[in-house]
Amino acid sequence: MSEQPPNIAETENDTAPRRMTLNMGPQHPSTHGVLRMVLELDGETITKAGCEVGYLHTGIEKEFEAKLYQQGVTLTDRIDYLCPLINNLCYCLAVEKLLDIEIPPQAQWMRVMLSELTRINSHLVWLGTHSMDLGAMSVFLYCFREREDILRIFEMFSGQRMMTSYFRIGGLALEPPRGWQQAVGRFIDAFPSRVDEYEELLTKNPIWMRRTKGVGYATPADLIAHGVTGPMIRAAGLQWDIRKSEPYSSYEKFDFEIPTRTASDVYARYEVRVEELRQSARIVKQALDGMPEGAWKANAPHVVLPDREKMKTEMEALIYHFKIVTEGFRVPAGEVYQVVESPRGEMGYYVVSDGTARPYRVFIHGPSFGNLQGLPKMVEGRLVADAIAALGSTDFVLGDVDR
Amino acid sequence: MSENPVETAIPGAVVGSSEYRGQASLEIASAQIVEVCRFLRDRGQFSRLSGVTAVDWYPTEPRFEIVYFLHSLERNQRLRLKCRVPSGAPEIDSVTGVWPAANWYEREVFDLFGVVFRNHPDLRRIMMPDDWEGYPLRKDYAVTGPKYTYTEE
Repeated sequence: MSEQPPNIAETENDTAPRRMTLNMGPQHPSTHGVLRMVLELDGETITKAGCEVGYLHTGIEKEFEAKLYQQGVTLTDRIDYLCPLINNLCYCLAVEKLLDIEIPPQAQWMRVMLSELTRINSHLVWLGTHSMDLGAMSVFLYCFREREDILRIFEMFSGQRMMTSYFRIGGLALEPPRGWQQAVGRFIDAFPSRVDEYEELLTKNPIWMRRTKGVGYATPADLIAHGVTGPMIRAAGLQWDIRKSEPYSSYEKFDFEIPTRTASDVYARYEVRVEELRQSARIVKQALDGMPEGAWKANAPHVVLPDREKMKTEMEALIYHFKIVTEGFRVPAGEVYQVVESPRGEMGYYVVSDGTARPYRVFIHGPSFGNLQGLPKMVEGRLVADAIAALGSTDFVLGDVDR
Repeated sequence: MSENPVETAIPGAVVGSSEYRGQASLEIASAQIVEVCRFLRDRGQFSRLSGVTAVDWYPTEPRFEIVYFLHSLERNQRLRLKCRVPSGAPEIDSVTGVWPAANWYEREVFDLFGVVFRNHPDLRRIMMPDDWEGYPLRKDYAVTGPKYTYTEE
C-alpha cells in the first residue's frame, strides 16, 4: 500500500458548502408508487426538501365531464384506490345534495359500516407498509391477513375486491347479500384481538420507538397552514374529525371517540391510527347490531335504477331503466362542495352542474395532496433516514394526489 | 350587501353572494382577493384553506372562475370565494402569502387551466410534463388526442 488515496475532504476547498442534491424516487421503494422527493443534503442532513408529483396523473377530472353522473362513480374508485368506498360515498353525497334526495336509513347505515371497514382496510395497508419501510417485516404479513378478510367482505357485497363502486347515487348498487351479518360479525368480533397483536409487535418495541419517536415533528400551526388534515393533524393535538364536526350519512347516531395525541411525531401518528382501528371496529359493531330495516335505495325513480323484477313486469320501470341508462338524469344547476373524513383526512368533491346529465366540472380535493405539501416542514433539518419514516407517516396515496 | 363584514371592511370587494343547499359563497373582485383572504383569515377565523380550483365557463366572459374553499376550524364553518378572470389576461394574485397551502393548488390551476398567479413562489406545471402544450381542463381542449411520448431532453 505505497499509494494512499488522497483524502477528499482535504483536497477540496473546505470553505465552500458541499451540498448534494439527491433524488429519492420516482422508483424508490418507500414512495409506494411514483413520487419523487428532491432532497438537498449537507452530509446526511436534509437542508431543503421538495416533492415532485404528477407521475400518476390520469385526467380523471376531465374524464368526469364526458361521463354521465352515474358513470362517474366508477371513476371515483380509482382516485384513492385504498379507500374506494369512501370516494364513492363522497361523490354520491355531493350529487345527492344537488339532487336533494333522501337516502333511506338502511342505506345510510350500510354506507357507514362499509366506510369504516374501508378505513380499517386502508389503515392496515398503511401500518403494514410503513412498518416494512422501517424494517419490521412481519407486521406486514399480519396486516394483510386481516385485509384479506375485509376484501372478501367487499367481494361478497359488490362482486369486487378493490374497485367496488358499491355506493351509487341514491343508495347502494345491489341488495346486501345473504349472510353478510355473519361475515361481518365474524370479522369484527376477532378484530380487536388482532389489533392487540400488532401493538404487541410495535408499540413497546424499542427499535420501533427509536425510529419513530421525535421523528418528523412539525408544529400544529405549520401543519394547518400547509393544508395537512386527518390523523396527522390529530396527532398534533387538534381534535377535528369531519365525522363529528360535519356529520354525514347519519354518523351522528354512532358513538365513537376521536383519538388525539400531542407529540406530532411519527410515533404519535402511529398511535392515532391504531386507536382509529379500534374506534372504526366499534362503529362497525354498532352498525351491525342496530342496522335498520327497510329500503336500500332511495324512492327516486328518475335517478335510481328499478329492481330487476319490476323491469320484467312493469312498463313504467322498464321506461325509467331505459331513460336512465341511455340518457342519464338531469341534475339541477348549482354547485356543492361535499367533504368526508377519509382515512387520510379531509376529502372533498366540488361538483358543478349546469342542469344537464353530465357534470360541468368536478374538482377532487384529495387529502394526500395537502398532507404531502406539509412534508418539507417535517424533514428539513433532519437526517435522510428519518425522511423515510416521515414520508411513511403521511400515509399518502398517489392516485389521490395526482388524480 | 352592507351587512356583510367583508364589504364593510373592504368596500367594493364583494360583488355578489349566494347560498345554495346551505353552502355560502361570495363573489369577490379579483383585484382584491388577497386583501379579502387576509381579512377573512385574521378577522373571520378562516384559518384553513381547503383547496383552490377553477371552473371554465367558456364561451362566457370573464371566462375563468377561480374558487377558494375556506374553512374555519374555530367556528366549524365553510365559505367559498369566487373570482372571475377574463380569457384575454387570465391573471390573479396568489394567496400563498396568506395560506401556504395554496401553493400546489394554484400550480394545479395554472397547469390545467393556464391561469397565472402573480407573486407565486414556484409557478410551474405540477401534473403535466413541463413541455406540455395547452391546458387540459379548459373546455375547448379535446378529451381525446394524440398519444404523448416522452422525449429525452
